[in-house]
Amino acid sequence: MTELILTEEAKVVEPTIFDLSSPGRTGVTFPDPDVPRAELPDSMLRADLPLPELAEVDVVRHYTRLSKFNYSVDDGFYPLGSCTMKYNPKINEDTCRLPGFLFTHPLQPIETVQGNLALMHTLQEWLKEISGFAAVTLQPAAGAHGEFTGVLIMRAYHKSRGDDKRVKMLIPDSAHGTNPASSGMIGLDVVQIPSDARGNVDIEALKAQCDDTVVGIMLTNPNTLGMFDEHVEEVIKIVHDCGGLVYGDGANLNALLGIVRPGDLGIDVMHFNLHKTFAVPHGGGGPGSGPVGVAAHLADFLPAPLVGILEEGDDELAPLFGFVTPEKSIGRMKAFHGHFGGGLVRAFTYIVMHGPDGLKDIAQYAVLNANYVQARLRGVYPIPYDRICMHEFVAEGRVEGTDVRALDIAKRLMDYNFHPPTNYFPLIVHEALMIEPTETENKDTLDRFADVLIQIAEEAKTDPDLLKSAPHNTKFGRMDEVKAARELVLCCWLPEDYSNQ
Amino acid sequence: MNAPANLKYTKSDEWFDPATGKMGLTDYAQGQLSDIVFVEILVEAGDAVEAGTAIASVESVKASAEIYASAGGSAVAVNESLADAPEVLNSDPYGAGWMVQLENGAPGEVMDAAAYEAYCAEREH
Repeated sequence: MTELILTEEAKVVEPTIFDLSSPGRTGVTFPDPDVPRAELPDSMLRADLPLPELAEVDVVRHYTRLSKFNYSVDDGFYPLGSCTMKYNPKINEDTCRLPGFLFTHPLQPIETVQGNLALMHTLQEWLKEISGFAAVTLQPAAGAHGEFTGVLIMRAYHKSRGDDKRVKMLIPDSAHGTNPASSGMIGLDVVQIPSDARGNVDIEALKAQCDDTVVGIMLTNPNTLGMFDEHVEEVIKIVHDCGGLVYGDGANLNALLGIVRPGDLGIDVMHFNLHKTFAVPHGGGGPGSGPVGVAAHLADFLPAPLVGILEEGDDELAPLFGFVTPEKSIGRMKAFHGHFGGGLVRAFTYIVMHGPDGLKDIAQYAVLNANYVQARLRGVYPIPYDRICMHEFVAEGRVEGTDVRALDIAKRLMDYNFHPPTNYFPLIVHEALMIEPTETENKDTLDRFADVLIQIAEEAKTDPDLLKSAPHNTKFGRMDEVKAARELVLCCWLPEDYSNQ
Repeated sequence: MNAPANLKYTKSDEWFDPATGKMGLTDYAQGQLSDIVFVEILVEAGDAVEAGTAIASVESVKASAEIYASAGGSAVAVNESLADAPEVLNSDPYGAGWMVQLENGAPGEVMDAAAYEAYCAEREH
């Protein structure tokens, strides 16, 4: 069987692992057992299990080739807005593989893992300092899990006060898409609040919804338009005045590090995305990590256990770290204590490496870079909420006098070896292209990216078909998204058919 | 875009036909969503439907959206065939793309075709 197929365009494609299978090939040969062989009962055997049969080397080569088809942040520029898909420094990989972190188990006696607990306790303290909150749990497994945790805390707070009629969660239309889902999962009624013309929460619309049935508001600030809400303190006050709590979606915290502390603004509860702001890998490199910070009046409700100091230390003796349970805890949100090695150690390392001034630099360079690209593209693509942006901005992927769409522009970017930005989100911008360069990119990269987007706008006018049929320089051309979404059949094609798909 | 004069329209882009009691999503909405790939009708025949509540959920290659009842009343029929042919919402939103039919349907907050066309035009810019 041939492994590589040349298509009409002489592009190399890769068969599926099932296509590479040949009966009888194996990867591993077991030694003869030194105990009597037991046969599986017939009732537990099946004849129709279509697992591929290959030698180890063929499996390795197949997946290595596939991995080369990938585009990653280690390969090139990755301007995915609202996700802060930032570069992950390689020193994090060294620290999270240190044997003392790697070869420990979460159920070990605490006396044997004091270093791990000290790291977690320190990280809790640092996240408190960075965010202005009174207490932090490291337990939630990811951002949306952190939201879920936070909303449970908000509900528990109201119930503890005998305030049982609160069922309504207010969510601006510029919020992250997970916010309504997190509230919905808890059974709350989600009420959408529109944005005003400058991309802020519409104050009048907010006031109209604020009553004694409001659990709170879930505020993404900066929001998914990349805008810092100009009335954030007023928004928070209006919600507090009707007895509601304010949830801050911390996914865009990258823009605020060292500049603004959400706790100081009056936000009551917020999740951190360590896999965004603190350079833990995500989007396939995960797992994520979504610690939650709360103001003092919610500290008793945090999930259990937290890492605490059981016995104070002194100059001679380190403190004894262990686990503590907050008084009115909502309970456990996850087996074990959060994504320790993958998330917490990496985030700890990232904070150590930057220090307070470095964290502030992150926010300032992230905001500077986004504003630079926005300035270069102004007049080339419409920018509906055109003011100083934070870490990201949203343009419309359309070009005057043409019918090209955001999707066409995104696909054409791939021909120039750039990862496309997030498109068609947020929903309140037509043909949205959401661009977040992050702080690590230098001016040369930003200029190349802006130059290419300007050139694509020219191409849209002179040769729109070039965009509509893009990408041309990639392993595969334009995928049929409609067919892929309507015909949910994943199957192995024969290689002859494969090249025609 | 197309907005037949005999129908009533909501700000959230649904239509209501006072003559037949049928409801669905507008041509403007299907154009904005682009290719629709999934439809789930959330009510069943016999259900009481309140205007403004969700009656269906649709997904396109761009986005997912809730479809709200443009009128209130008792559901007498739902269009089961949409589940297997969501593309009908793109090709025939006012005909074969109807979603729920009401008996004695009373329109919610609706406008006429001219007002709806003006409302859509305003949102284009």
